[in-house]
Amino acid sequence: MDLTLKVWRQDGPGEPGEFKEYEAKGISADSSFLEMLDFVNERLVEAGEEPIEFDHDCREGICGTCGVMINGHPHGDQKGTATCQLHMRKFNDGDRIVIEPWRATGMPVIRDLIVDRSPLDRIIEAGGYVSVNTGGTPDANLIPIPQMAAESSMDAASCIGCAACIAACPNSAGQLFTSAKLAHLNLLPQGQPERYERTVAMVDKMEEFFGSCTNHAECEEACPKSISIDNIAFMNRDYIAGKFKDRRKAGQS
Amino acid sequence: MTTLDAKVPEGPIQDKWTNHRFDIKLVNPANKRKYDVIIIGTGLAGASAAATMGELGYNVKVFTYHDSPRRAHSIAAQGGINAAKNYPNDGDSIYRLFYDTVKGGDYRSREANVYRLAEVSNEIIDQCTAQGVPFAREYSGLLDNRSFGGAQVSRTFYARGQTGQQLLLGAYQALARQVGLGNVTLFNRSEMLEVVLHEGRAVGVVVRDLVTGEITSHSAHAVVLATGGYSNVFFLSTNAMACNTTAIWRAYRKGALFSNPCFTQIHPTCIPVHDEFQSKLTLMSESLRNDGRIWVPVDPDETRAANDIPEEERDYYLERIYPSFGNLAPRDVASRAAMRMIDENKGVGPLKNGVYLDFADAIGRLGKDVIEARYGNLFEMYERITDEDPYEVPMRIYPAPHYTMGGLWVDYNLMTTVPGLYAIGEANFSDHGANRLGASALMQGLADGYFVLPYTIADYLADYLNVAPVPTDHEAFQATEEEVRSRIDKLLSINGSRTVDSFHRELGRIMIDECGLARTKSGLEKALRDIPALREEFWKDVKVTGTDDSYNSELAKAARVADFFELAELMCRDALEREESCGGHFRVEHQTEEGEAKRDDINQAHSSAWEWKGLSVPPEHHKEALDFEYVALAQRSYK
Repeated sequence: MDLTLKVWRQDGPGEPGEFKEYEAKGISADSSFLEMLDFVNERLVEAGEEPIEFDHDCREGICGTCGVMINGHPHGDQKGTATCQLHMRKFNDGDRIVIEPWRATGMPVIRDLIVDRSPLDRIIEAGGYVSVNTGGTPDANLIPIPQMAAESSMDAASCIGCAACIAACPNSAGQLFTSAKLAHLNLLPQGQPERYERTVAMVDKMEEFFGSCTNHAECEEACPKSISIDNIAFMNRDYIAGKFKDRRKAGQS
Repeated sequence: MTTLDAKVPEGPIQDKWTNHRFDIKLVNPANKRKYDVIIIGTGLAGASAAATMGELGYNVKVFTYHDSPRRAHSIAAQGGINAAKNYPNDGDSIYRLFYDTVKGGDYRSREANVYRLAEVSNEIIDQCTAQGVPFAREYSGLLDNRSFGGAQVSRTFYARGQTGQQLLLGAYQALARQVGLGNVTLFNRSEMLEVVLHEGRAVGVVVRDLVTGEITSHSAHAVVLATGGYSNVFFLSTNAMACNTTAIWRAYRKGALFSNPCFTQIHPTCIPVHDEFQSKLTLMSESLRNDGRIWVPVDPDETRAANDIPEEERDYYLERIYPSFGNLAPRDVASRAAMRMIDENKGVGPLKNGVYLDFADAIGRLGKDVIEARYGNLFEMYERITDEDPYEVPMRIYPAPHYTMGGLWVDYNLMTTVPGLYAIGEANFSDHGANRLGASALMQGLADGYFVLPYTIADYLADYLNVAPVPTDHEAFQATEEEVRSRIDKLLSINGSRTVDSFHRELGRIMIDECGLARTKSGLEKALRDIPALREEFWKDVKVTGTDDSYNSELAKAARVADFFELAELMCRDALEREESCGGHFRVEHQTEEGEAKRDDINQAHSSAWEWKGLSVPPEHHKEALDFEYVALAQRSYK
């Protein structure tokens, strides 16, 4: 198939950027979206031009490295699909495809389609863990966990940290990412001792970088792992509880 | 001349690790903060080591070329992690896990290391559970297990088809905690390009910032490489796009011995190649073989769709040839059987390059819901890639490069032949012999990082108490930085006519043809002529666009591919030298009448370890003899 790409090009952080058009001819319908970009890039390099820079790695939809806006949709408009798992058969011959980086003040462009997502690491560092050191842990089966709780926790833990939720949000809010990590840990017995401190610390860190949630639910729509916005409600409840709770009694809740 | 001393402790195998931990030197808690340790890589091995070393009180610097530690390719491991818990009460034990792993590795691994791996496997499950890893559970709330290839017990713990992701997130979170506490300093988008040696010891690294292009030196008392495997030498593999050999290759060129580079694993269940524009292969977890049945049509000229082929015209060849293990035969065995079917022209799919993995029976027996709960995400991924619904038609699968058992030679302490330089996880060669069993990579990465290295490294560090690290303005660092700069300048200055990928693709084709599933003397000799010629052409004609002071993925890729050329040559040399078939290394000249691998335990019961002597000089071949005191050497049979 033959396509026209309208791609955001930007030399570096803080530099002005612009859209440029490229012809992508002879693309296999069985190619993934990123293989299509590989193909276009190899032709660009052959012509002595600098290729379109984009983040990518596992190409299996699990590492969360890739992600671009495709025709205004994070990861394209196929539901529950990361950019690397989107295939060209979902497009039509002759299509014009607009490709942009994630746009959010908290995630500045590094180059072309690559953005700086390190604020997500800062949010995890603020409390997205169970404070257990290596060694001396009890036998794994001493902590029975209802299957439903383990499954719900796993649903939330499936987040790949791609930041599509933030890119999709008109407020550039980081609620879905943050709440997914909180739900993963706060739904488990292991997460209870630090539940409220964790919630307050991570939410406060999140707000240093990202906007506020006003319930547009665009994040859930964009999420390649279909993480539910129920997690946000859960987080808000714990945040309020955490703010008001007598912390000395928090462990008994 | 380097001599190999594996430093395996004395005593019965059950006591070696306990005795060793008592015998080696310790660093007292108050002194740990006086040591700087560098860790390269943030996969399971690197992240778990960095977190644990930070908890212990060492000053840790950890480097990853990813934007976040959580991206490392450990995240893509699907099926599970082995441990000898024996929760299902089906006869498992530490000894059985040890035995299965040595046998699965076709008797080419070091017994003492494998025993230790089995021994700490249970602690890993405890540790990960305590961190909040959401392993699959029974309705009782207790942990669930499933089976994997090469074992007749259920010992694999899993988190849906995303076990690697969940284990890595556990390690990443532990690491993030230490970063937040200031015990570990994290450098993201930073690629290690050289190890720095001074007076024969590893004293630091030279790193390039992938965003700014800045080249910096970092010094420490010890350097740990946790940089994964080198399957991308084949161009098309299941490894992530950025996986590369550079860190361990640069260490090899600085004197660390490289062991068994030809021991590579071709995984039997990958999605077949669709066309020449493909950049990456996708794995379908081995766990699918718990419920899927593998078959090909009996008739090579079969044209009907899979579901229209009647039962009696199907050949369930794994069940036929290996009745006791059936569809759960180990990876090397299953891959070669698939290759034989395809060579007999019984392959399926448009390119006749696959075999069927059929869930119809399992869906009939258990219902679609159960299959969806077990493998839903894998089925969805398959559907995305192939546009076929595996609930309705059988999957098509094909063997593809996946894992490399070879790596830097390490002793029992996981130290390479360069003092102060360690290799952990897939980057070393230690535990899997000539073939790795499914669900053992996650086990090894976390064993090394959580439970082995943090103890053993103290034995080396203790001698350097109150010795300051070599400063980065020392001549050793300056000279190494200069090497790195001139290499980058060279790559940018060639300005030839061919892209990096075109060279990589051509190298990959040579390697998969001559050093892939089946290897021959003549093919390897041909590869040893073709690879250096292609490498020379690369250095004359590669085209790398852009500059060295901005984000430049072509430049990063070119430097990695340059190292793959040299590694490829060593792999072929090792494959040529090893006159036997074992595990993933199948020399056509050495097979039984039934076409199974035929080992030579009299002449080949050793690990090869190669010493760099220069670019156009043959490397020196060392051997570590493998003594089997506990596991009886036998023709591996899964029949």
